[in-house]
Amino acid sequence: MEHTSLLERILRGAALTLVVIFFMFPIVWIFMMSFQTNETILRIPPQLIFEPTLANYTALITGKLMTAAGTLDIAFMRNLWNSVFLSVTSVAVSLLLGVPAAYAFARHKFRGSEDIAFTLLSFKFAPALLVLLPLTLYFQKLGLANTYIGLIWVYQLICLPLILWIVRGYFEDIPADIEYAYRIGGHSWFATFRKIALPLAGPGIAAAGLLAFIFAWNNFVFALVLASADKQPVTVGALAFITSSGIQYGQISAAIVLSITPTLALALYAQRYLVEGLSLGAVKG
Amino acid sequence: MSASALTISGVDKFYGPIDRGVHAVKSLTMEIGKGEIVALLGSSGCGKTSTLRMIAGFEEVSRGAIAVAGRQVHTLPPVKRNVAMAFEGYSLYPPLTVRENMAFALKAARLPRSEVDAKVASIAKLLEIEDILERYPSSISGGQQQRASLGRALIREADLHLLDEPMGQLEPQLRAVLRGRIKHFIKERGLTAILVTHDQTEANALADRIAVMEGGVLQQFDTPDRIKERPANLFTGTFVGEPPMNVFEAFVGTAAGRINLRLPDGLSLDYDKDAFSAPVRDQMLSRERVVIGIRPYAVRRSKEGVPATVSANQWLGDQTHIAADFAGGSLVLVEHDRTRLDLGAPINVSIDPKNLHVFDQASGKAISHGMELA
Repeated sequence: MEHTSLLERILRGAALTLVVIFFMFPIVWIFMMSFQTNETILRIPPQLIFEPTLANYTALITGKLMTAAGTLDIAFMRNLWNSVFLSVTSVAVSLLLGVPAAYAFARHKFRGSEDIAFTLLSFKFAPALLVLLPLTLYFQKLGLANTYIGLIWVYQLICLPLILWIVRGYFEDIPADIEYAYRIGGHSWFATFRKIALPLAGPGIAAAGLLAFIFAWNNFVFALVLASADKQPVTVGALAFITSSGIQYGQISAAIVLSITPTLALALYAQRYLVEGLSLGAVKG
Repeated sequence: MSASALTISGVDKFYGPIDRGVHAVKSLTMEIGKGEIVALLGSSGCGKTSTLRMIAGFEEVSRGAIAVAGRQVHTLPPVKRNVAMAFEGYSLYPPLTVRENMAFALKAARLPRSEVDAKVASIAKLLEIEDILERYPSSISGGQQQRASLGRALIREADLHLLDEPMGQLEPQLRAVLRGRIKHFIKERGLTAILVTHDQTEANALADRIAVMEGGVLQQFDTPDRIKERPANLFTGTFVGEPPMNVFEAFVGTAAGRINLRLPDGLSLDYDKDAFSAPVRDQMLSRERVVIGIRPYAVRRSKEGVPATVSANQWLGDQTHIAADFAGGSLVLVEHDRTRLDLGAPINVSIDPKNLHVFDQASGKAISHGMELA
């Protein structure tokens, strides 16, 4: 790699820059929009130079949206909190259920184990809308509609298969003899799981958890149908900015910036694990 | 050989459903005394590792029972069986140093720190891994990992030590040195060890008794000498011994008071009938066809013997292996001097009846070894 010519390096740099610009453009544009008022955003032709304003952020944080038609209450901060709560809890529940299940699928081949694992994966095949109608009816009967518990339950459809299949690949990568060596050295099955299998699969579990978190955070349709305003996450909450007096582009952008910040920060922080988790899980699964 | 350290009674192992899955171990029964070193010898897939893993508790026993030091253990989890094991794949714990790996089981048994340190030091010296005690498994060679794994097993005081191919990755010189030391170590402490290997030199050097397995069936369980001198069947005869035993089919007949073994290509080995004891003679003559086996060391070149043609001649530095076309097959003989014989050279070979192993043609069971009935 060190013997590349100057030209090659320049071309490579240019190509990388192009790719970065292409992928970063929407995010940068949204970031800029979040500091503008609707008037400057909708100006034609669009301008790169503007007078930045924090009005959008203030509106979001105070929950008072000033429109031409008057003041509107928005529950954005509530939505943000809902997103955090729903995603974190869903991933926690999924890890609690999925990691031991993944271990079982990796280590114990019992009758029908492949079928069960595949069924769990197949939850990801079905379009969410297909599931939603019957689910809505059941949830209304069971009293789970518009509850956190109901939402977290449905979010397992997103998180559980992901965690199960990625973590399973990691467990399968650990030679079984390491665990046997530990067990024959005088430790129980559970101690082996806790002290050997879990730490060795640690990076995989972290990656799967992060991915599941991002998927849960980005979910839209489940929460749209199954929850009302006070339980909805940011993805659905952003709809409130489409008001009778027009679409509030500035606030939407600010909301987007605020809502992608946590996942972006997480993803950047754990980039290495994420890539590893995705590729390993995919190859091994 | 006082008390029994291990009793395996009528053990079957099926992978998959019982009676329908793969039958890896077939009604295995053996008893190992306290303080014995036993080698399970066989080729890949003969059931030796399955047997070891059933004793350790990593594989379920499909049928039968296993007792360690008089305790029925085949339904207990591995932790309750009080056996130590060295794994073929080393299986060291990656986040721990070699020292911690070796001390691990002792710490679990709550031994005092000073005692643990002393034990680790003495085992490390024995296995020549003192200089890598503070290193991590990922940073040492395969041979070093294997020794660390062996150390982790030997350091424990268990009723039974199971060693799965414990020296497969070591260099030949080191292997020879360690064999001696490990045997001394095991004997000195009165440990009982079962060793799985496909290397017969290792089995011969370490074990008091060797269990030869093939196709999931125990073929013979005896001392190394007796396995070599009195193989129970054709498989053991040809499997143990290097170079392998020469084997030919023969028709048994008598002519003019002599017993002749007629080989293909019109060759015949003739012996005075007194060369065999009466019962051996009866057994041989009651069969039309037999299989005869001759160890390469027992084949002599002589003036009057049966003709053969040299097809290969290898000087190995301390002995000569000569292969010759003989009776429609190939005959290998070993000589201790360097022999100048060109390819295609005619030779004559003779075989002392004392060194003749006779096997039943159909079952492969041994009929006689030299003068004696099997």
